[in-house]
Amino acid sequence: MAALLELAGITKRYPGVVANHDVSLEVAEGEIQALLGENGAGKSTLMKIVYGLVRQDEGEIRWKGQAVTENSPVLARHRGIGMVFQHFTLFETLTVAENVALGLDPQAAGPDLPARIRDLATRYGLAVDPMAPVWSLSVGERQRVEIVRCLLQSPRLLIMDEPTSVLTPQEADGLFATLRRLASEGCAVLYISHKLEEIRSLCHAATVLRGGKVVARCDPTRETARSLAALMIGKAPPELAHRPSRSDGPVVLKVRDLSLRPSDPHGTNLRRIGFEIHAGEIVGVAGVAGNGQRELLRALSGEDPRAPQAAIELAGQPVGDLNPRRRRDLGLSFVPEERLGRGAAPKLSLALNALLTGNRHKLTRAGLIDAKAIDRRAAEIIRHFGVRAAGTHAEAASLSGGNLQKFIVGRELYEDPKLLIAAHPTWGVDVGAATMIREEMLALRDRGGAVLLFSEELEELFLLADRIAVMFHGMLSPPTPIRELTPESVGLLMGGAGFDEGDAGRAQAH
Amino acid sequence: MLRLTRRADPSRTLEIAAPLLAVALTLVVAALLFLALGKNPLDAFRAMFWRPVQDLYGLTELGVKVTPLILCAVGLAIGFRAAVWNIGAEGQLIVGAVAAGATALQFGEEASGPLPWVLPLVMGTLGGMAWGAIPAFLKTRFNANEILVSLMLAYVGGLTLQYMVHGPLKDPMSFGFPQSASFTEPARLPVLLETTRLHVGFALALIAAVLAWVFVTRSYQGFVFRLSGEAIEAAAYAGFSRTKVVWGSFLISGGLAGLAGAAEVAGPIGQLQPSISPGYGFAAIIVAFLGRLHPIGIVAAALLMGLFYVGGEIAQMELQLPIAITGVFQGLLLFFLLGADSFVRWRLVVAEKR
Amino acid sequence: MGDELDTAIAVITATLRAGTPLVFAAMGELVAERAGVLNLGIEGMMLVGAVVGFMVAATTGITPFGFVAAALAGMAAAAIFGVLALNLMTNQVATGLALAIFGGGLAAFIGQSWVGIPLPGMELPFPEPLRQIPFVGPVLFGHDWLVYLSILLVAGVAWFLRRTRAGLTLRAVGENQESAHALGYSVLKIRWLATLFGGAMAGIGGGYLSLIYTPQWAEDMTAGRGWIALALVVFATWRPWRVLLGAYIFGGVTIIGLQIQAAGASLDSNLIAMTPYLATVVVLVLISRDVTRIRLHTPASLARPFHPEA
Repeated sequence: MAALLELAGITKRYPGVVANHDVSLEVAEGEIQALLGENGAGKSTLMKIVYGLVRQDEGEIRWKGQAVTENSPVLARHRGIGMVFQHFTLFETLTVAENVALGLDPQAAGPDLPARIRDLATRYGLAVDPMAPVWSLSVGERQRVEIVRCLLQSPRLLIMDEPTSVLTPQEADGLFATLRRLASEGCAVLYISHKLEEIRSLCHAATVLRGGKVVARCDPTRETARSLAALMIGKAPPELAHRPSRSDGPVVLKVRDLSLRPSDPHGTNLRRIGFEIHAGEIVGVAGVAGNGQRELLRALSGEDPRAPQAAIELAGQPVGDLNPRRRRDLGLSFVPEERLGRGAAPKLSLALNALLTGNRHKLTRAGLIDAKAIDRRAAEIIRHFGVRAAGTHAEAASLSGGNLQKFIVGRELYEDPKLLIAAHPTWGVDVGAATMIREEMLALRDRGGAVLLFSEELEELFLLADRIAVMFHGMLSPPTPIRELTPESVGLLMGGAGFDEGDAGRAQAH
Repeated sequence: MLRLTRRADPSRTLEIAAPLLAVALTLVVAALLFLALGKNPLDAFRAMFWRPVQDLYGLTELGVKVTPLILCAVGLAIGFRAAVWNIGAEGQLIVGAVAAGATALQFGEEASGPLPWVLPLVMGTLGGMAWGAIPAFLKTRFNANEILVSLMLAYVGGLTLQYMVHGPLKDPMSFGFPQSASFTEPARLPVLLETTRLHVGFALALIAAVLAWVFVTRSYQGFVFRLSGEAIEAAAYAGFSRTKVVWGSFLISGGLAGLAGAAEVAGPIGQLQPSISPGYGFAAIIVAFLGRLHPIGIVAAALLMGLFYVGGEIAQMELQLPIAITGVFQGLLLFFLLGADSFVRWRLVVAEKR
Repeated sequence: MGDELDTAIAVITATLRAGTPLVFAAMGELVAERAGVLNLGIEGMMLVGAVVGFMVAATTGITPFGFVAAALAGMAAAAIFGVLALNLMTNQVATGLALAIFGGGLAAFIGQSWVGIPLPGMELPFPEPLRQIPFVGPVLFGHDWLVYLSILLVAGVAWFLRRTRAGLTLRAVGENQESAHALGYSVLKIRWLATLFGGAMAGIGGGYLSLIYTPQWAEDMTAGRGWIALALVVFATWRPWRVLLGAYIFGGVTIIGLQIQAAGASLDSNLIAMTPYLATVVVLVLISRDVTRIRLHTPASLARPFHPEA
């Protein structure tokens, strides 16, 4: 049987980087094939080429044996290719039905569309309300909208880009059921992920990309997670085992009955959050994105200083209404989730970015910047953390994601904080950098520092944290020692089980 | 088909060449325009760009023109770097002039010492600051768009001047002309060179440019302003107050524009008139961009723009070229500059149709 | 009693006339902004439209030709903005400012020999007998073509944005340019069309001033109306019918000031002339203080440059 989709010798170059180099692969009807690789391996570029968003420099796409000469998202959809993007292609202020309509041809999006959405949603167990505005939906619901949009076109091939990174384990199981059912109906699935266990359980075949090239094809059911990881990064994956903390020090951060209305109209209400972190421990915060993590992080960092003064105590001092600099003076460091634009100013040099949160008394003199001092500081961070950069005068934007994250983490650890708050510090970072960042957090803890780690990856939390709490609808469950938890029990909490749903947590827009 | 692709690194060469390229392109278009008007472009260029600078008096006149441009543009650039868009410098200049004028009119011929001319400058600066404080307050307190508010206040400022010269500050001996009495000699700015009009304000403008240079390139606060403009989230993350940056930008740019207005009326003009500025406050926006928002670049850009003004007048007299052509050139220059700037970070490539 | 009625009719008519150029300019900008394009150069586009429209109407003697020319001239001015801000991805704020300055200079330059020339009038749309009906006649049927067209324009834009697929696409582009691109929509093409529409409407707004409202050409005759139109879009929180309301409020403010003066109040004319500008500031403050509401309605991709690689 001829393959449904065939890629032959696809090459795509960008200035300074070859994203895909002579990539070939085949997908058959009814097959769930994994596309596996590290960040920057070229998976997304390859899929954008298939979907017609990017044009290859060399090579050929064949669809049902026929060479594809003209390609665009519209043509790809006509062929029967649907794509669910990692960063959803949804429009927050529009309704579900309008969002779906924008992904269909005009004649396919008639007035009966809401009914067809409901129909399809029930058939595949993808409950969504067609009339709801997208901003009011949870991340999982948004993904369902994307999937419904694809399924309404009866696709022959469905491309899923990192679909489970935003789901609870239980939601992920639901998604897998849907995908298996589609495959049994003959639809092919190209499944992009770096989560090895789920690839082993879901996929029939796997193509591994590294540095833009195909380095292996395998049957993932016959591999182990370790062997897949080795294929992906080209060497044995670094070992990092869980190390329990040695001692409980004094309380470093104490949050008491923190409730806060969101400043963003689509934000989440924080509701009666309370917890403590001790010196020498890592507390992990799990939760599906959009359950108040952003809001809590801003309240803790001081970017949102509207909290009552006494609601947040840092090293024994009430700080709820202090700005970030005052909190930093008390020993707080913070690695925000957006690297470029928040954690670092894109067009400023690394030296000036070192000044961003560096202690101004050490880096300035009489109101003037001490150019030598910031240069020295940046050079030390670069050296100590192995940041690959053209030098201290390189723009922050010129660094790769992993290198910039190492620089930011290095900067935040430089002044040896009492408490480090880190939001998704290894998200989108290569395995080497991720391991290093994790080691540094453990080292800080072992030196007696406290770490509050927000992450959407349960594996990471179980690896690093001593206690884990879960955020749901703006509430936080009590941090629990990890020996009393399993990924399943945390997953249930992420889905809301065990939270008191007395009053609605989500903020209502005006 | 032409396409833009991102350069791996910004082109340092183009960063410097872009303003020169923009000036060159403007001159090319200008030459074509002169041809279309039936004038010899060489004659026109000679009138516009050579005649003004061929003797000392011409140079000092250029200095008179660039004084308000430098003062306004240096202040605006500090704000623009912080993404605070004060485009009402014209209004702040006019209100500064009114404040300075009202002060200067209090001094008689018998006054002595520097106070009679220093005080109007101080009052003018404060007047410009006050006018700039309004959009700053409305922005920080009520989130009102500073572009629109500062511009609306420029119109209000212009009408305030009209009201003053038609009413409260009108000279009773002016035979009905809407203008104030001439300032007395002690209230006029001292000139730097005898027999020319080059006044103390020019020196103040250069001092302002140097101070601004230190501020934007060396000072911690200058870093904070720039950060706030380039990455507002990063500034918030680091804990720098946007409110202070908005206030600072408007007080600095408003104050300098007010000083420029004060120096105009207390310097070359010598009284309050219905029209005291040929749009210096707006031209300064172009000067600021042309000078790369950099104080030293601004001095150079102001010299060029000053030439447009002086040369435009000469061209009008000698070649009957309309004075409005100055505005056309100003706009063109800014267009070309913005366009050329894009190629610092982007490269034009010929690509097959996608 | 009769005098008061006449005054009321005069005020209503004058208010609509004063508001109409704002309706055109602001509706054009509204459409551009809903597509994510912030063009601050309305003042320049209006002036270019005003002068070109005037020249064509005065030359041909046919006012409608003047409006067509005004629209084309506004589009041409908007095209400069398009090349820079859309294709070359320049800063939209700076580019719009440049267009405002350039448009003013260009209009003054090409229009200087046209100052003070008279123009033929334009026939009114409704017949004399209808206009003679007491009160209702002049209030409903007594206006010029453009007043009615501007109201139709608002209705058309509201319908387009709300009910049509193309309108949905345009809103999508303004809301999230990356998503629209990923779904296969040409962000650049849609923005170009919206920008040109904005230019055409600004041109007509300017043309209304020089062809009907004044009717003659004078340098800087827009007197800040292009900027007021920008404020109107914010005031309307990007919704068409509120633009109409806002424009008439501004028209009313202008007219009432003149009425007070005409009534013999001893207020200086310069102080009265300040009212529209001060009113703009007041309205901006009132509407902007509700940060949540502004954020909720501002097109999320407004003024963000777009490149498919980014």
